[in-house]
Amino acid sequence: MSRFGNPYLRIVLLFAVIGIWEAAVRLFAVPVYILPRPSAIAYAFYNGVSSLVYVQNLWITLLETLLGFIVGTALAFVLGIAVALSRRTEYYLYPFIIMFQSLPKVALAPLIVVWFGLGLTSKVVNAALIAFFPLMVNTIAGLRSADEDRVNLMRSLDASEAQIFWMLRLPGALPFIMAGLEVAMIFALIGAIVAEFVGAQSGLGTLIESLNFSADVAGVFSILFILSMLGLLLNQAILQARRRVLFWDPSTKAAPEEIRRESAL
Amino acid sequence: MRADDCPTLTFLTKPVLRATREIAALLIGLTLPRTATRVGENDNESAGSEVEAMTMTGRAAAPAPTATQSRSGPIIAVERLGKSYATGGGPVVALTDIDFTVADGEFVALLGPSGCGKSTLLKILAGLLPASSGEALLRGSPIIGPRRDIGVVFQSPVLFPWRTVLGNVLLPADVQRLGRRAHEKVALDLLSIVGLEGFEHRYPWELSGGMQQRVAIVRALIHDPAMLLMDEPFGALDAMTREQMNLELQRIWLERRKTVVFVTHSIPEAVFLADRVFVMTPRPGRIADIVAVDIPRPRTLEVMNTPGFGRHVSQIRGHFSAKGALDS
Repeated sequence: MSRFGNPYLRIVLLFAVIGIWEAAVRLFAVPVYILPRPSAIAYAFYNGVSSLVYVQNLWITLLETLLGFIVGTALAFVLGIAVALSRRTEYYLYPFIIMFQSLPKVALAPLIVVWFGLGLTSKVVNAALIAFFPLMVNTIAGLRSADEDRVNLMRSLDASEAQIFWMLRLPGALPFIMAGLEVAMIFALIGAIVAEFVGAQSGLGTLIESLNFSADVAGVFSILFILSMLGLLLNQAILQARRRVLFWDPSTKAAPEEIRRESAL
Repeated sequence: MRADDCPTLTFLTKPVLRATREIAALLIGLTLPRTATRVGENDNESAGSEVEAMTMTGRAAAPAPTATQSRSGPIIAVERLGKSYATGGGPVVALTDIDFTVADGEFVALLGPSGCGKSTLLKILAGLLPASSGEALLRGSPIIGPRRDIGVVFQSPVLFPWRTVLGNVLLPADVQRLGRRAHEKVALDLLSIVGLEGFEHRYPWELSGGMQQRVAIVRALIHDPAMLLMDEPFGALDAMTREQMNLELQRIWLERRKTVVFVTHSIPEAVFLADRVFVMTPRPGRIADIVAVDIPRPRTLEVMNTPGFGRHVSQIRGHFSAKGALDS
């Protein structure tokens, strides 16, 4: 039983909405190319999965997203560290950062497809490009957020700058970095789908385009369902990692109440 | 009985004995050879504190530490030290003509209102700030930057939440690559002295403020520094916890005999803890008076109600009211 309500009621509500949708579409005879019935969507989903078409395309999109995420966040992390630690690096990179940051990155997708072709590479590059900024910005902010007292403590112990970085700044930046990774993961998925829209031979984005073209709206809906599940799964993966890494962060987990009380002194 | 009962007698350690004592003390108990030589020296010093001693336990004969200074020589020597900051409206003098020495094993309080430069002075002693003029010597060598033989306790505990209590305590050992193994036992001993036995694998956010500050004190002691600098360490605690922490600190100090420089703006706290109180006045920050506190140890909270204690407090308070130091 959750604090905010009954979990069973939540499921009942979900099915009620689907039921009302089904009934309304049948009652008002809504054309299938406008809004398909949930049962039609389920049927399309079953067909797509059992013929393995969805599975193959899902795999392609997942691969593009994960590769784009890894490449984009790795670069963002390294560059973020360089900018955070060196004011000089920041000074020279600043115009580029500002220019790219204010640019809607999806607008680059057609260009990237021209440069990198219709295959996997252009999707990975586009996903990486979009995943890059949220992590870089957060890495810089996190590394610069080190508490003055903690830095003074490390200095008073005669710690080197490298030690201050590894033992204080980097662990202290982890809440920011994990938040950046969370956004970057979803952004990578968006980047991959957009690049597939622009030009690709396979992937869930490509599938949506071709189903849309043949007016198979139920099929489109079934892909949207897969995408939303995929997004949820990727987000959960990051949240699990976050829980592991940031067990000490108050926003992740509050201190057990009774220990606080027993140690009132 | 006296040797066991009177940990205050460990002052007059000669430099040769010092290194062995530090190690021995950490391994607990091996303090007998030194107490034997010291008992005789104390006799002439115990007379003045007889009145206060009435309220104390049977350990009345503890020496007033000020009298022992000349014999062990200063561990800290500050000479004509000054500090000024350049600001838009010209230089601001934070400290001027600071001159003092602190004996090995002595507990000194820097007392003054906000803005008298006491924290600045502490930062200079910690090597976190350079002095503008004059110099501060620790064991004869000038303090020109952070040093490994200093332990600092800040106003907030400044613990790393991703490290356990033990991990936090071992931070200096990690930074200075002293070896975790060797210091783990020392850490556990110190933690049990401050009453944190069994908490070593907890995280700081599972502890109360007072417990966190005790962890910070243990951390400052772990690498066996020559002196302990404390910057209003109990300022953020509530009044009752603060009294308990004062008792605790005295107990740790009686057991470890570190040289302590303790910054505070509480007159009773300074008198309760210190062998000597350095009274500082602001604008510019300077030492107005040095008051020796001849109340025997261990001091209990009841000592605050004795006439001797009250005399010290009013003598010190006089400096602030007479000179209008607190007028602004």
